[in-house]
Amino acid sequence: MKRKNWYLTIGAVLTAFMLAFTALGLFWTPFEPSAMSAPDRNAPPSAAHPFGCDAYGRDVLSRTLEGAGSTLTIALAVLAVGAACGLAVGALCGYYGGPADALVMRLCDTVAAFPSVLLALVVLALTGPGKYNVIGALGVLFIPSFARLVRGEYLKYRDRDFVRSARLMGVGDLRIIFVHILPNIWPTLLSGLTIGFNNAVLAEASMSYLGIGVTPTEPSLGYMLKDAQGSLFTLPWCTAFPAAAVIALILGVSLVGEGIRDRMGAAS
Amino acid sequence: MAEPIVRISHLNSWYGRGKDRKQVLRDVSLELAPGQALGVVGESGSGKSTLAKCVLGMVADITGTLEVNSPRPQMVFQDPYGSLNPAKTVGWILEEPLRAAGVRDRGSRRSRVLDFLPLVGLEKEHLGRRPAQLSGGQRQRVAIAAALIQGSKLIVLDEPVSALDVTLQAQILRLLADLKERLGLSYLFISHDLAVVYQLCSRVAVMTGGEIVEEGDADQIYDHPKHPYTKKLLDASLALD
Repeated sequence: MKRKNWYLTIGAVLTAFMLAFTALGLFWTPFEPSAMSAPDRNAPPSAAHPFGCDAYGRDVLSRTLEGAGSTLTIALAVLAVGAACGLAVGALCGYYGGPADALVMRLCDTVAAFPSVLLALVVLALTGPGKYNVIGALGVLFIPSFARLVRGEYLKYRDRDFVRSARLMGVGDLRIIFVHILPNIWPTLLSGLTIGFNNAVLAEASMSYLGIGVTPTEPSLGYMLKDAQGSLFTLPWCTAFPAAAVIALILGVSLVGEGIRDRMGAAS
Repeated sequence: MAEPIVRISHLNSWYGRGKDRKQVLRDVSLELAPGQALGVVGESGSGKSTLAKCVLGMVADITGTLEVNSPRPQMVFQDPYGSLNPAKTVGWILEEPLRAAGVRDRGSRRSRVLDFLPLVGLEKEHLGRRPAQLSGGQRQRVAIAAALIQGSKLIVLDEPVSALDVTLQAQILRLLADLKERLGLSYLFISHDLAVVYQLCSRVAVMTGGEIVEEGDADQIYDHPKHPYTKKLLDASLALD
């Protein structure tokens, strides 16, 4: 009997909802996200402003829609940089091994030994804030964890008989790495990607919260939280809705990841 | 007598390096004539798998003479769970050796594969399945087809039936004997089981401690073993039957 995979179902629904919400924000917001309106200052949630308004009279729903968009874009870009480079580094190190592998892995250990947000702070102190600098700094810092994950998988597979057999048949190393072995580690990689995605969302939010992430003109969810923290008790809707969006995004993807791991466990 | 397809003389081989360097093969001499099946029998650690790896060019640390007069010898592994890529379909697994050999055209790869299926007793419907969806015997048939499809004439069989149950063993051994005749193959058959080797091989070499202690016609060795180690192996395999 196959057990119903609730994690995957709930996670997929939540993730799909957040993706739809974010996609909507890219094309349409009920109000101009940065338009201030004096009469609506500090307005609680109402029919016209379902998420209320902040201290400048800006519509929180519109800002949450836009903020989710920039948080998601940055998180995905960070993930793309980290995963693509991590995959290449981890695959080559794991497959070939040797002194180059040892050297690269020590380098990864060194980077991983520092808290990534702290390192990103240092990088951004040098390059200045901005979307692309955040992506670059966080992306590079995400490489070691992916490289380590992928390397472990390649170590496991490089001496399997089907890989030996491919070598005997004269299949080239790069083809063995990316065509023969890669499809086998895809499930592991996928669950690593979901964890990485969550870390990227959190890292972006933390950095914006610290005021070194995106610039105020394009709010991210983290930036909104920072902006509203002074009025946490007087204007709770200004923090509650962006925070809920971060939580929904992370929870959904975590559940999907957990569901995938569950399924893998059941399959093997 | 025809030029041997494998000629090994006074072959020594080592494993590891520095202080841990251990000698695995000691003064091994062997010949394999085209169309012949030579069984190499011994317990684990006897050096028989290393000998197979040497023939396949997978061992670098050797001295002596090693001539292999056949391009790209192939190997059939013991465990068809491990030797077939679990993420790929049978069709892909059988086409890949042709791709590696430079057959660019998808259509001609396809037709080569389709021509090959009946030879190993597989059906067209198996092509879309993954290894996990096949039985142990079917998997080993796929592995054999993949080893042969490039047209290699020299095949190293590393315990090819040890992971299968007895009825399947007989089927696969019959298939191997049949393919050898049809395609003019030469086998180097590595096994711990003298009884299995006897069913396929006309010549047998018995190895222990990295040395060949007895070599000769299979019948001769089976009926009149000379070396005490051969007698021991023979008793062990007869006791199992």
